Amino acid sequence: MEHRMIFAGFGGQGVMLMGQLVAYAGMLEGKHVAWIPSYGPEMRGGTANCAVTVSDKPIASPIVYEPTAAIVLNQPSLEKFAPQLTPGGQLLINSSLISGISSRADINQVCLKANDLANQLGNLKVANMFLLGALIGLTEFIHIESVIEALKKVLPPHRHNLLEVNRQALQKGLEYVTSSSLGA
Amino acid sequence: MTQKVLMKGNEAIAEAAIRAGCRFFFGYPITPQNELLEYMARNLPKVDGVFLQSESEIGAINMVMGAACTGARVMTSSSGPGISLKQEGISYIAGSELPAVIVNIMRTGPGLGGIAPTQSDYYQAAKGGGHGDYRLMVLAPSSVQEMADLMFLAFDKADEYRNPVMVLGDGVLGQMMEPVILPEPKEGKGVEKPWATTGKGNNPKSKLITSLYIKPEEAEKFCEHLAAKYLTMAERDTRWESYRTEDAEIIVVAYGTAARLCMAAVDMARDKGIRAGLIRPITLFPFPSAPIYAAAEKGARFLTVELSTGQMVDDVRLAVSGKSTVSFYGRSGGMVPDPRDILSQIEQIESEKNGSTAATEGGAA
Repeated sequence: MEHRMIFAGFGGQGVMLMGQLVAYAGMLEGKHVAWIPSYGPEMRGGTANCAVTVSDKPIASPIVYEPTAAIVLNQPSLEKFAPQLTPGGQLLINSSLISGISSRADINQVCLKANDLANQLGNLKVANMFLLGALIGLTEFIHIESVIEALKKVLPPHRHNLLEVNRQALQKGLEYVTSSSLGA
Repeated sequence: MTQKVLMKGNEAIAEAAIRAGCRFFFGYPITPQNELLEYMARNLPKVDGVFLQSESEIGAINMVMGAACTGARVMTSSSGPGISLKQEGISYIAGSELPAVIVNIMRTGPGLGGIAPTQSDYYQAAKGGGHGDYRLMVLAPSSVQEMADLMFLAFDKADEYRNPVMVLGDGVLGQMMEPVILPEPKEGKGVEKPWATTGKGNNPKSKLITSLYIKPEEAEKFCEHLAAKYLTMAERDTRWESYRTEDAEIIVVAYGTAARLCMAAVDMARDKGIRAGLIRPITLFPFPSAPIYAAAEKGARFLTVELSTGQMVDDVRLAVSGKSTVSFYGRSGGMVPDPRDILSQIEQIESEKNGSTAATEGGAA
């Protein structure tokens, strides 16, 4: 299975890091991975995104076409990437900052008030991890533990005090979509 | 122990260069290859190397030439407009038979262009670039792993042939991260360079490195010597990868990032029962004409795909030598084709085959 994913939002919401963690985690699980940032002028002050492929087989195109999943953290990202998803694809929406959903009926859409949930944990910066946890819960393409392992490698040692809050955010995101209360 | 690490292409090039023994880097920043300079600035001093941000690209390439004269492993990197500025120096380095490595992480042109991925510097890289009758060896990686591996090859071949080697990438390759197993650092002092201008020593004659041949007789002899060198390169060091070509009726020719997209398109075509394959040149000079000609003789039809309006397609046509058809599909200006667009091109060629067969049959009846 080839998971082709887009992570998109404002610069500063941690979309690049989220993508890198996914790629790193996939690599730690022995999978083939590729990560590509948007590096155009759009990055400066505007919307940032990256594309990640995680696959059991060697990756032909590292450029993501017809993404199988997307996490969008702001309104422009929803509008840009929802139309690109492959039919049956998974769309995760940060409904703290995005009003409404895509009009597409042929994709799966899940809304999560990621900023609010992150604030409840006392750290707004882990909003991205709620959404990533939810994506992992829905598609099971990597394990949360691998993301934590990746975080240990990416974060400098003096930031390892943040591992626990990231773990909690990932876990709660995963539970949000896997608990029966979602009614999906 | 060799371990996979996740790295950007630009960083993998820099780390591999250091491991290959490069101790001198001279360059000037330009997107989309700045991570390469930054990595060198951070890490070359740790191995007693020299990183110097020059006043300009012209300054940088002439510093490269100076260091190369002393026999040091030296490189520079830039993109599009910066590489254009370096061309005079590159010509002098080739004319002085000095080893050096030049990395071009292409951006769009002509002129200032943009920073998006492209392959529009093929002509400049593979056909000389600067003035005079010379060639660079040109290596075209298509993955982060290959970017690391080819840096070792680049330095080795530059020394072996006493010729500048260019590594040609693009913004996608430079910016993307993939797992890479870094080659083990090179031990020892490397190859002997008795020609290096490190002092007269006990030699009876002073060493002289020059590209000045004022007498036509001598100049012609030198040009023929270079030509012979390029022929040896072609015989010994032409590299390419064939993918699903064994029974292929349609062969896509593409390098670098375009080759990755084409590989996906070839897989899609195979899923639809179309016998498609891919020949991916790894050396753009010397160009892998032989496998293309061999496939053309067997009746394969060709599709060249580039991130340009068509440059390498000339070399494909020369290789095919009229034995078969060569189509072209390209996107330019930083636009990257979707593999499904490439698939449509393959399907088009497939349908033309069926169409022409039908027409022949119709004509016969």
